[in-house]
Amino acid sequence: MNRINQKLQEDKKLLSIYFTAGYPNINDTATIIQNLEKNGVDMIEIGLPFSDPLADGPTIQASSTQALKNGMTTDVLFNQLKDIRKTVNIPLIIMGYFNPMLQYGVEAFCQKCQEIGIDGLIIPDLPVDVYHEDYKATFDKYSLINVFLITPQTSDERIRYIDSISNGFIYMVSSASTTGAQSGFGDEQTSYFERIANMNLKNPQIIGFGISNNDTFTQATKYAKGAIIGSAFVKHVTNNGVGTIDGFINKIYFK
Amino acid sequence: MSYNINKKGYYGEFGGAFIPEMLYPNVEELRQNYLKVMAEPDFQKEFNQLLKDYVGRPSPLYFAKRLSEKYNTKIYLKREDLNHTGAHKINNTIGQILMAKRLGKHRIIAETGAGQHGVATATVCALMGLECIVYMGEIDIARQAPNVARMKMLGATVVPATSGSKTLKDATNEAIRDWINNPVDTHYIIGSVVGPHPYPDMVARFQAIVSEEIKWQLQEHEGTENPDYVVACVGGGSNAAGAYYHFLDDTNVNLIAVEAAGLGVDSGESAATSVLGREGIIHGSKTLLMQTNDGQITEPYSISAGLDYPGVGPMHAHLYKSGRAEFISITDDDAMTAGLELCKLEGIIPAIESSHALAVFEKKQFKPNDIAVVSLSGRGDKDLETYINHFKL
Repeated sequence: MNRINQKLQEDKKLLSIYFTAGYPNINDTATIIQNLEKNGVDMIEIGLPFSDPLADGPTIQASSTQALKNGMTTDVLFNQLKDIRKTVNIPLIIMGYFNPMLQYGVEAFCQKCQEIGIDGLIIPDLPVDVYHEDYKATFDKYSLINVFLITPQTSDERIRYIDSISNGFIYMVSSASTTGAQSGFGDEQTSYFERIANMNLKNPQIIGFGISNNDTFTQATKYAKGAIIGSAFVKHVTNNGVGTIDGFINKIYFK
Repeated sequence: MSYNINKKGYYGEFGGAFIPEMLYPNVEELRQNYLKVMAEPDFQKEFNQLLKDYVGRPSPLYFAKRLSEKYNTKIYLKREDLNHTGAHKINNTIGQILMAKRLGKHRIIAETGAGQHGVATATVCALMGLECIVYMGEIDIARQAPNVARMKMLGATVVPATSGSKTLKDATNEAIRDWINNPVDTHYIIGSVVGPHPYPDMVARFQAIVSEEIKWQLQEHEGTENPDYVVACVGGGSNAAGAYYHFLDDTNVNLIAVEAAGLGVDSGESAATSVLGREGIIHGSKTLLMQTNDGQITEPYSISAGLDYPGVGPMHAHLYKSGRAEFISITDDDAMTAGLELCKLEGIIPAIESSHALAVFEKKQFKPNDIAVVSLSGRGDKDLETYINHFKL
């Protein structure tokens, strides 16, 4: 069974952390992944940096720009990850935009992911329909779970459609925003969280965008299987480096 | 073979809507409504009325006698430079502001490079009394001060794009991010035939008035609707899309697309996407774009800010790949020389974008009886400083 599906069966609320590969320093990738696992994080999204990250706010844009300046490329990332499964057991997901994958070759990219032990992909600008028609077979062939996003504006009908072709979890974007834009959740978010929770979808949901601390993590996981922290973690390593991850993670789990 | 868009939003293999789910409702709303709205009689009436009374259409199709004599062929200029705000851009912004109103949007966002599309958007927002926010690269704001002032005078808010390379592509990213953050009340007026479907088709349809007029105007001048050549510059490609539109499937009409070679196609400082680009995805569209081997989008260069875009509209990618259009690259120097030549021979100061199209006559031999229509997409007022610096005037 795919590590993501296994993890989703555990009887606990999941914490997933996003970081930008190659940031702050080009060779931080494996260190960050190992430290996150050591500190009890359940799942990791490894951000493959892109020059034009449309869905991201200033924090992840800046980390992506810096990572590219540091020399991060698809090949460099795959090379950094080639032995990662010798030390790390939690699910690993690569999150990136579609063009770098397209240039690498979607099949070659998926094959490489399987070789390394990547469990899934999140590709914000690969539309559901295009995936379904053109790439699903390839993802299946290499046992990769593709994770789709939904937002407060996504219609129930479309959510049902996305649920029907998902086989891991659904990434619930907490509000109409790019990453890192929100601070705290209001009534609008909680009623959206409730609405989705009541839809009884086949796939568990994990909430992302706007999770930054114990408060938002607790609120989100009241309604969903887990939560994803991205910008807040990237900010943390910007300010503190990659050596003090335990402090950040502890603050999420405990006040 | 059809050179127009298919039902799924593709020109051949190019186009589509590669957008994050956050944009899906906005883009889908537009996709479901744009053709319906455009076909409504009262939309058509208001659009045509504004093009006539406000923009000043039809723009003349002018027989450039002295230029024709010099190159020993028949050259007509489609005078989009005489439109209100000085370029073809306003055809699209008029259409899109009427679309936005009918979709119930009251907040307008746009991206701009040199500021021409920003000014055209600010203009129609003033006309309709709608809030207008224009994203513009920080670097472009610094080098296009007069257009920034124009937009402000017209009531728009100009927001600097400070991410990435701080130019047009980043301004476009910022506008898209704004739309993600404001999905309900906002319409994004894209300035060219780029972006996710239905934008390339919608913008092409609003610009199609250019070739519609060329047909009857040429009939008056020459007794034929079809020229032998239609020549237009291509950045994103909206003026070219408009000038080609009604000739796309008439293969007797040769289409020439002129790209900016910058300092030279092989110089590393160029915007000749058809030569330097590969298939990929930019701003939600599958098309040709300039990128690294790794799929990172690179920064183009041209003396003309309007051609300084690393991609090209999917219609043009298809015209290139299918061989329907001939693509020619023109350097900064050759474009500037052609621009000055038009001043001296015809008393018309062209935008540097349009000067690229004019430079084709030095590069390619036309027959004496050939009729070539050149899209004179904009006037050169905005470029005076560049002309002054280039020619030490």
